[in-house]
Amino acid sequence: MTAPGRANGQPGAAVVEARHLVKHFPIRRGLFARSAGAVRAVDDVSFVVEAGRTLGVVGESGCGKTTTAKLVLRLEQPTAGEILFEGRNLVDLGPEGHSHYRRSVQAVFQDPYASLNPRMRVDAIVMEPLVTNETLPAAEVAARLRRLLDLVGLPRRAAELFPHEFSGGQRQRIAIARALALSPRLVVLDEPVSALDVSIRAQILNLLTDLQRELGLAYLFIAHDLAAVAHMSHTIAVMYLGKIVELGDARTVARDPKHPYTQALFSAALPSHPDEVREEILLPGEVPSPANPPAGCRFHPRCPQAMDRCARDVPALAPAAGRDVSCWLYDPAGARAPAGAR
Amino acid sequence: MSVRVPAGGTSGLALAWRLASTRRADGLPILPVVILGVIALLAIFADVIAPHDPEIGALGTRFRPPAWQAGGTAEHLLGTDHIGRDVLSRLIFGARVSMVVGFTAVIFAGVLGTGLGILSGYLGGWVDQVLMRITDTWLALPALTFAIFLAAIVGPSEMNIVIILAAVYWTRYARVVRSEVLSLKERDFVRLAIVANCSKWTIMRRHLLPNVLNTAVVLGTLMLGVVIVAEASLSFLGVGVPPPKPAWGLMLADGKKGLMAGYWWLTVLPGLCIVLMVLAANLLGDWLRVKLDPQLRQL
Amino acid sequence: MADRPLLEVDRLSTHYVSSRGTRVVRAVDEVSFTLRAGETLGVVGESGSGKTTLALSLLRLLPPAARIVGGAVRFEGEDLVTKSPGEMRRIRGRRIAMILQDPMASLNPLFTVGDQVSEPLRVHEGTRRGAAWERARALLKAVRIPAPEQRVREYPHQMSGGMRQRIVGAIAISCEPRLLIADEPTTSLDVTIQAQYLRLLRDLQREHGLALIFITHNLGIVARMCDTVAVMYAGRVVEGGPVRRIFSSPAHPYTQALVDSIPRLGDGPARLTAIDGQPPDLVSPPTGCAFHPRCPRALDRCRQEEPPAFEVLAAHTARCWLAAPGTP
Repeated sequence: MTAPGRANGQPGAAVVEARHLVKHFPIRRGLFARSAGAVRAVDDVSFVVEAGRTLGVVGESGCGKTTTAKLVLRLEQPTAGEILFEGRNLVDLGPEGHSHYRRSVQAVFQDPYASLNPRMRVDAIVMEPLVTNETLPAAEVAARLRRLLDLVGLPRRAAELFPHEFSGGQRQRIAIARALALSPRLVVLDEPVSALDVSIRAQILNLLTDLQRELGLAYLFIAHDLAAVAHMSHTIAVMYLGKIVELGDARTVARDPKHPYTQALFSAALPSHPDEVREEILLPGEVPSPANPPAGCRFHPRCPQAMDRCARDVPALAPAAGRDVSCWLYDPAGARAPAGAR
Repeated sequence: MSVRVPAGGTSGLALAWRLASTRRADGLPILPVVILGVIALLAIFADVIAPHDPEIGALGTRFRPPAWQAGGTAEHLLGTDHIGRDVLSRLIFGARVSMVVGFTAVIFAGVLGTGLGILSGYLGGWVDQVLMRITDTWLALPALTFAIFLAAIVGPSEMNIVIILAAVYWTRYARVVRSEVLSLKERDFVRLAIVANCSKWTIMRRHLLPNVLNTAVVLGTLMLGVVIVAEASLSFLGVGVPPPKPAWGLMLADGKKGLMAGYWWLTVLPGLCIVLMVLAANLLGDWLRVKLDPQLRQL
Repeated sequence: MADRPLLEVDRLSTHYVSSRGTRVVRAVDEVSFTLRAGETLGVVGESGSGKTTLALSLLRLLPPAARIVGGAVRFEGEDLVTKSPGEMRRIRGRRIAMILQDPMASLNPLFTVGDQVSEPLRVHEGTRRGAAWERARALLKAVRIPAPEQRVREYPHQMSGGMRQRIVGAIAISCEPRLLIADEPTTSLDVTIQAQYLRLLRDLQREHGLALIFITHNLGIVARMCDTVAVMYAGRVVEGGPVRRIFSSPAHPYTQALVDSIPRLGDGPARLTAIDGQPPDLVSPPTGCAFHPRCPRALDRCRQEEPPAFEVLAAHTARCWLAAPGTP
């Protein structure tokens, strides 16, 4: 294994690739646990996370972004589809390959109060992944611990303290140090700053950016804060009811969203200045239940630009205007010109 | 070092709570420690302290009242029982029985119940189903009746009482620990342990056990009271510690015949000992609950 | 009437005192602001800044350990601090209403939506059940809940988070209050639902001439919704004024840093301006200006003396020595 502090992998090389991932949670009812349908949390989702780059996933509750993160972290097994790690299918890897995958893919979660074991001291928390996976002399472990603490900007005396002696922002630094202990290739960041104070968020986002640059990490950044995702990501995937509706370069998508849902989502984002007036697209109704998604395009019942076709046929994610969009408005063979497209 | 108010939400309220509930947990609580300490010392040094042999009496000196009552002598400070045995000596040796039986039974039950509770809660699936059905059945049986039944089968002896009490009471730990584990395993630090490639065994030992230990220890001190009463009850009913061994419950049983005749010391004194020990165990449990929690400890 | 403010908070201080009286936390310290009918004030701050305690002080809903130790809250000309608990009960819910963060915790799961929306009417105005339910249906319609006839008979668990928060809103406006205090009303909502809800609150405000106080940590909500802002730090209002002025030319380094630290949509991955250090522990706050340990422009004076509120411009105040008259 490489030591933390050394970049690994070629920038831009695919670290993890998801192909047609599907995750259904069966709904069980009654005494004999008969299956009564399924929650289609993730439905045919494909993406690539590249070394040194960030894939941002945005969407509202129930869109499947957290399930996607769990699939990549192998906390859940996909119903269908495959995950490729460094070009090789996980299913084909033996136990050693799985272990290698586990070591290469780490995570930082939202709640810094729940993600650290309150009974362990910081040194044990940070070094647990390393000690579990590798046999190293004590001196080497101590040296790496010091390096990790320096890396995330924590004082060295932090090692002997318990998590409750730290504030939210510092705890998140501990969680990041732990995630980096094994020199992973990919770090899944599930809402890493949403639980933090406003003045601390920028500290942590900057730290994550610096670490990526220094260590060549790939990030899968999941958040509901659009501005933060747009700021952190190179590529953005917008999810709605288990499907990716738009996928493309972060600035392109953020400045000129094409899918009607993305347009509504970004128009609903809060301004950073009172003079910043955006066209407000208010969506009617709420997100339908993923247990019973609408036929055709899943967004059509709330879409301000829905056509007859949208209720019947499922649009595929296809290239349009420099990114991928899943919408009949951008179908080259479509019957109608994209009315709302700018 | 400083404690910080948890981020987000109604911070003001959290702060208010923190200040309002300020409670000292530094020093040991004096009362329960003194009571348990005295009982423990009596139990350990019973041979030295006790003025008489607890199992041998003289019929000539039966039903002597305590020394301060008319007819009492300094030789038998707390009087004698129906066959002339010294009550003080029997109480002192009885402490040994209660301590040994109480603590061992609680520890046996705790280890068994906590282990199975963690297994059941973390592994889930059929393991959980099987263990929890057993627990349900166990809890549905009245504890004391069940214990009498078991005692009738294996026969009375101190070791058997310990095993019986552990077998009867482990389910309480299993239930509490399992529900604790169910909420713990949804916590992010357990998920992150899986992500760090920890084995199930490591997760149970390193992440779950230390976090349920508090609950188990607190439950243990509270169970100590229950177990001591159960032991006394079994002895009282004649299926516990076999006579002539001095056990507080047995003394109660022997003394009850004399109660109507005015021989109050034969029941009140062992009863008082049981009450004091149970009370001390409960107070200690309450204090431990605060003390063992690193978050509460800071307050 | 027209020029008298609806709410005038004058040097309000609320302290938490520990049970032995040994530790005092100045959760709210000499806070002053005014609010006119139909206006919106945003109270921004991080956790522990005292913004929630401020809201609870206005309504006199403080926990037992907290005490209002000074100042006045004049609402429609009357001081709420000196009111009896009975008089406060008549004001709360009727003249001043509150919306809390968690809609599920604000609703009783055992009563129908109709019961809960009509309850304040029946308690405060003695409306009969039939008439109150009629009003409840109208209120649900006012908060844009589809099929209100049917929804009044349903229970909170049958509704989505956004809908529950609307019901909380309907309860709040049921007695046509003059002032509505909203404590982080949209934190648990999704982005598009949040946009719907904020629009609804603004419509309700216009229709009823409500004054609104938004308690939030989110500067975006302030930018979208508020006319004036009060920025709180360690129990004090460190800067206050009209919203455009505060966002465009903040006078306090803390406000400046907050405004700079939010990422903007469409910006590239440049570094954000971060504020170093951690928010202060109110049990032992720093001497002088509470922000000085994190302030990039701290002077020697900031470490010793606490700055008073200086007027930067008309209606724009800042508690910072840099804003003192004569400072370049």
